[in-house]
Amino acid sequence: MGLFSRRKTVFVDSDVLVIGGGMAGCGAVYESRYWGRDLKVVCVEKANIERSGAVAQGLYAINCYMGMQWDENQPEDHVRYARNDLMGLVREDLGYDIARHVDGTVHKFEEWGLPIMKDPETGRYLREGKWQIMIHGESYKPIVAEAARKAATEVYNRIMVTHLLMDKTKPNRVAGAVGFNVRTGDFYVFKAKAVIVSAGGASHIFKPRAVGEGMGRTWYAPWSSASAYALPIQVGAKMTQMENRIVLTRFKDGYGPVGAYFLHLKTYTQNAYGNEYESTWYEHTKSLVGDYVDRHPVPTCLRNHAMLEELKAGRGPIRMVTTEAFQDPHKETVGWENFLGMTIGQAVVWASQNIDPKHINPELTTSEPYVMGSHATCSGAWASGPEDYAPDDYQWGYNRMMTVDGLFGAGDTIGGTAHKFSSGSFTEGRIAGKAAVNYVADLGNEPPQVDEREYRALEKTIFQPMENYAVGRNEIVAGTVSPSYLLPIHGLQRLEKIMDEYVGGISSHYTTNTPLLDRGLELLEMLKEDMNHMGAEDLHQLQRTWELHHRVLASESVTHHTMFREETRWPGYYYRADHPKLDDDNWHCFTLSRYDRESDEWEMEKAPVYHIVD
Amino acid sequence: MPTFVYMTSCDGCGHCVDICPSDIMHIDTTYRRAYNIEPNMCWECYSCVKACPQNAIDCRGYADFAPLGHSVRALREEEKGTISWKIKFRNGSEKNFVSPIRTTDWGTIQSPADYAAPGAEEYRNQELAHEPDALNIEGGLPALAPEQLKQGVV
Repeated sequence: MGLFSRRKTVFVDSDVLVIGGGMAGCGAVYESRYWGRDLKVVCVEKANIERSGAVAQGLYAINCYMGMQWDENQPEDHVRYARNDLMGLVREDLGYDIARHVDGTVHKFEEWGLPIMKDPETGRYLREGKWQIMIHGESYKPIVAEAARKAATEVYNRIMVTHLLMDKTKPNRVAGAVGFNVRTGDFYVFKAKAVIVSAGGASHIFKPRAVGEGMGRTWYAPWSSASAYALPIQVGAKMTQMENRIVLTRFKDGYGPVGAYFLHLKTYTQNAYGNEYESTWYEHTKSLVGDYVDRHPVPTCLRNHAMLEELKAGRGPIRMVTTEAFQDPHKETVGWENFLGMTIGQAVVWASQNIDPKHINPELTTSEPYVMGSHATCSGAWASGPEDYAPDDYQWGYNRMMTVDGLFGAGDTIGGTAHKFSSGSFTEGRIAGKAAVNYVADLGNEPPQVDEREYRALEKTIFQPMENYAVGRNEIVAGTVSPSYLLPIHGLQRLEKIMDEYVGGISSHYTTNTPLLDRGLELLEMLKEDMNHMGAEDLHQLQRTWELHHRVLASESVTHHTMFREETRWPGYYYRADHPKLDDDNWHCFTLSRYDRESDEWEMEKAPVYHIVD
Repeated sequence: MPTFVYMTSCDGCGHCVDICPSDIMHIDTTYRRAYNIEPNMCWECYSCVKACPQNAIDCRGYADFAPLGHSVRALREEEKGTISWKIKFRNGSEKNFVSPIRTTDWGTIQSPADYAAPGAEEYRNQELAHEPDALNIEGGLPALAPEQLKQGVV
């Protein structure tokens, strides 16, 4: 072992193991404790749950709140909204389930101390839009983390989970997870009766618009490293809608959010010459997607599409007209606090470029693509639905259990449930938490068995990049160029370039086709081989290496799904140039994949879509 | 750089190292003070800025697109329950904002185990903790009938 002879192996037993302590993970921990009073509930997080996950920075709105107590919306309404926005394809059973519970979650947040703005006339929560309520959410995550810490038996911060462990006695049953402490380098073996994956979606799989110092200012957090997908994919869990990547229209460079601007401040967009442009692309868009263009509100991807076409026609930049609304001092304050509460980097950009939106209409842009499961998109694991109404095609066990026994998910991890956002992700964690407690109770005296040979082999794999570096570094004088190893940043930049050029990134206006995808897969295969030659100088670089492993596996999944769906379902998110139109006859379905790690093969299939019918 | 640390203010306490979601605030072994080891993986989330007891951490916008001469400063005061912001533009103009961060005292959230334990019959229904009361509606937790879900294009 040489260098690492002092490395300890730490064993942690648990009943419910929650991987990832963001919004979904905190919800899972809270609910697991409520129902599992005597259970050992363990939360493991690669950062610090006080400020981890996509809400680390704070939020200025909760985007998923029904307001059932005031009869503002009912759960069915939210399902229809998400269905329309995702061009017909969402898991309506799962979406309804989140919507019926989410108000109780938000009421708890308020009781815990989250400042929710109120309408001074009605006393109700102040609406930003039909589904959004406005908050002073700088401390949203610390407040939710406080509840999770109170609920958990143990929280392990700074442990990067790299792999799940499977039961050695029963096929297709999860038994725990392994990872390493990014401070001490100790190897961790978690044994668990039930595992809830509530890790992050994927930023940095497509090349971002800023590739220098600003590459960290992605829309989704740079620490969202696709563990939500890689962990289940590795053990053969089925995934769904991985092709359904999202592209965001945002303020340029800072990726500051536009929701409050459109909905609350009533700002609007125009092209470089001061003209409204969306309506001019109506007939063109209708020729691609048919009647979906007439849905209200207009699906997010189609609004992107109009903007992209306008830019390609040479009438950029597109600007948000803020100079009218910002004459109202209250609206000006809301506009700025919106950024300070959740995207401070946008305030930094505007301060640096002397953009005062009271006097200048700021530029908008479309982001690089992201793969995640909680915003206006729904990539993730294929999960069993609620027991009381989910159709048989969607029900094979406990609510939110994947196609692996004992493996549950929530938040970015679970596919098919768009528009859950922060409150819905916490709520889905709660749903998974209760189901996991029931699963543990039903296991009785058959606790899962981990295989020592398996976790010892994984230990060697996990720490190999440090050995590679220690050995290979002696070959060269100095610097970053070695014939023997690649650094994590090298691998990340190659991945981003492959995905950008072959799988529909910004450089091709989000366009791909079968030959491009085929070539992309060939290059991804070589990258996967090179991943055996990663070099990590220290534990931080080892974390980056494993984040990259997770991103690469998720990217492979995205590419296979994109290849399988032979239509362009979401113009504005991506285009299959060889199948440029939406095709409901053949593709009004979910795409499912299963990865077999023994054969390194991907199996694709279709699954039916069930709608709530009036 | 995005975040950077002033040499004369940092005392090496490590709060920023402990909180950074991206694991990029580390202690320099020579100077025993913190610094940003990987600026291109910084989200400018300000978690370190807010956590620094010495106000030693500041942000300089990403060099790719942010001209020099700006500053966005934050002062987060848990006892007062506020966060204060001062924005300085490159041209010297300023804006100031203050927002509440919490309406209750820190540490006062109850553990779910502090509530009465649920009855055996509640485990297999669809209600979550605190429901149906927490929903604040009449008629209990909403549900669909299985026959309301059908295949087809709508």
